Amino acid sequence: MTNNHTLRNILLVAALAVALAAPWVAYPVFLMTALCFALFACAFNLLLGFAGLMSFGHAMFFGMAAYFFGHTVKEWGWRPEFGILASVLGAAALGAVTGALAIRRQGIYFAMITLAFSQMIYFFCVQAPFTHGEDGLQGIPRRAFLGGLIEVKDDRAMYYVVLAIVLFGFAAVYRIIHSPFGQVLKAIRENEQRAISLGYNANLYKLLAFILSAAIAGLAGSTKAMVLQFATLTDVTAAMSGEVVLMALVGGIGTLAGPVVGAFVIITMQNYLAAAGEWVLVIQGAIFVVIVLAFRKGIVGEIGDLVRRRPKPGPAGSSA
Amino acid sequence: MRKSLAAAALVCGMGVAALPAAAQISGDVVKLGVLTDMSSLYSDINGPGAVVAVQMAIEEFGGMVAGKKIELVQADVQNKADIAATISGRWYDVEGVDAILGTGGSASSIATMRVAGEKKRMFFAVDPASSDITGKLCNAYTVHWVYDTVVLANGTGSAVVKAGGKSWFFLTADYAFGHALERDVSAVVTANGGKVVGSVRHPLNTSDFSSFMLQAQASKAQVIGLANAGGDTINSIKQAAEFGVVKGGQKLAGLLVFVTDVHSLTLKLAQGLQLTEAFYWDRNDASRAFAKRFGERMNGKMPTSIQAGFYTAAKHYLEQVKALNTDDADKVMARMKSTPADEPLFGKAVIRQDGRKVHDVYLFEVKAPSESKGPWDYYKLIRTIPGEEAFRPMDQGGCPLVKKS
Repeated sequence: MTNNHTLRNILLVAALAVALAAPWVAYPVFLMTALCFALFACAFNLLLGFAGLMSFGHAMFFGMAAYFFGHTVKEWGWRPEFGILASVLGAAALGAVTGALAIRRQGIYFAMITLAFSQMIYFFCVQAPFTHGEDGLQGIPRRAFLGGLIEVKDDRAMYYVVLAIVLFGFAAVYRIIHSPFGQVLKAIRENEQRAISLGYNANLYKLLAFILSAAIAGLAGSTKAMVLQFATLTDVTAAMSGEVVLMALVGGIGTLAGPVVGAFVIITMQNYLAAAGEWVLVIQGAIFVVIVLAFRKGIVGEIGDLVRRRPKPGPAGSSA
Repeated sequence: MRKSLAAAALVCGMGVAALPAAAQISGDVVKLGVLTDMSSLYSDINGPGAVVAVQMAIEEFGGMVAGKKIELVQADVQNKADIAATISGRWYDVEGVDAILGTGGSASSIATMRVAGEKKRMFFAVDPASSDITGKLCNAYTVHWVYDTVVLANGTGSAVVKAGGKSWFFLTADYAFGHALERDVSAVVTANGGKVVGSVRHPLNTSDFSSFMLQAQASKAQVIGLANAGGDTINSIKQAAEFGVVKGGQKLAGLLVFVTDVHSLTLKLAQGLQLTEAFYWDRNDASRAFAKRFGERMNGKMPTSIQAGFYTAAKHYLEQVKALNTDDADKVMARMKSTPADEPLFGKAVIRQDGRKVHDVYLFEVKAPSESKGPWDYYKLIRTIPGEEAFRPMDQGGCPLVKKS
């Protein structure tokens, strides 16, 4: 147990060091996009991995938050931090409405209701004038952060702001999972009837988890809109809802680091395999099949198992 | 010590003085990047054919320009603006790409365009249709190469009215692009003395057009305008044929149709359709020669207007680099905008201050199967529309670059 803890701390420090040094090695905009998707995948994983709720419509929170951010910052001239705050609240409100209806059903029916809502949102975005249809809401200005304190014209400066936002998001997820609230969620995931018989209002817990997950997905979406300076229809499509499932599955559902790893794997493939032309999707599909068949727990889940199964933890075990 | 410093200064000075004579090529290589849709809904129109077209242009230069090697990189934009923005940024910043050609749909093209403006590098918007690219979103490093929504409306709208199609009925896809197209074409039709007798909106990506076709037939309009795109256009043309719309004397006007769409529809279904394109492979000797070489590499497929655009854009860019001996984006752009182009595929063309390339476009009608002499013999020319008439006048686009000059 202590050994596992030290190992985990070493890994955390190493990950943080890598995150701080990364923009000097890799292309910052790519890293920021990947970080935003990592946070999005974490938000999704909070719901699926810890509350056992499989949402097939998370793109609506991600994409709508991007539009909220774009509209408040570009059309209303808000400062980016207020834009993000408004987007997070907007996504949470959307989560409250859709969640309240969706959690009345379970399993596949829950998934279908979330899918239906996200399709409604998609068609709304296709038609609504403020999204600018296929052109997307383009050219969102990059304003300095915190009232001019932090200049973000440079991509590397922007990267550290994004890293701070995303780490805040990760910390929130970590805190939620390890709180008594998170424990009850896990209990509901394992056996809802038993949790109810113990006196917990399962529906209230599920709704809260849904809203929190929507809000964090919204944080990810608005941050991405801030980085890339546009919000487009791609972010609200059903394909995006599917992509976040893929990220969580590849990395490992129900683990904290899994979705982050999964998001980086998928986004890296999309960006760096793009030269393979029409083969990107085929490769993505093949990897998905391999992971589902051979590594049921995802990359992080399997590595975690490997570490735990070792009789005596060797120093070489941290090479993951 | 002082002597060597002076010598160094002298060498440096000589170096600076010598620079204009030697080629100023960044990174000692001229790099072109093709970022387009390789795998999904537009890949027939651009896709792998676009890469082949750019390769053909590079080969014509023998792979060298201004004494430096020409390189080509390519990537699939996957129809995502995210990917367009990150890959274009990485190409310009890290990989030293000098000019990007593409980049898929309007959202991803506008994303690339903003990156190009920020990094001050060349971007040829060959794929997209949005007229905002040379309108309120215009920037100094983007050239919109082949067509835009205004041309589609002006070309097909005014030409069909002038050719006698006075009354119109619209079949409109129910989303922003469809609405904009219907509005623009309606304005053009009324301005030219025609009239719009009605319209009906259909959901995006629908497969059943029967009720809409019946309404279109009942309207007795001479022309049925298809303000939709892609699969919707193909489905509506198919079902119009099933309902005998064209046989009944009404004409179909496709507002966004490419030669590959006609190819997949077959002449039997598409005959009688009128459409506007900037390029058709069988228009003159030069286009036939290009199409023949293109077809040899693409299993006999003929180039679309977009693929021809990729070829001419790459070629035109390399010619500027050759003439100027530099790949400096500002200088290349200044020369492109000041010297009119005359090349065999698109004819005489000017690149305006707002980045719009203006050339003649053509109104075609799809042949009946009996008129077609062989594979890919699909269009007959109805009217040549001069560029000044087809494209939106520069002062009406709202491009900030125009106000300044």
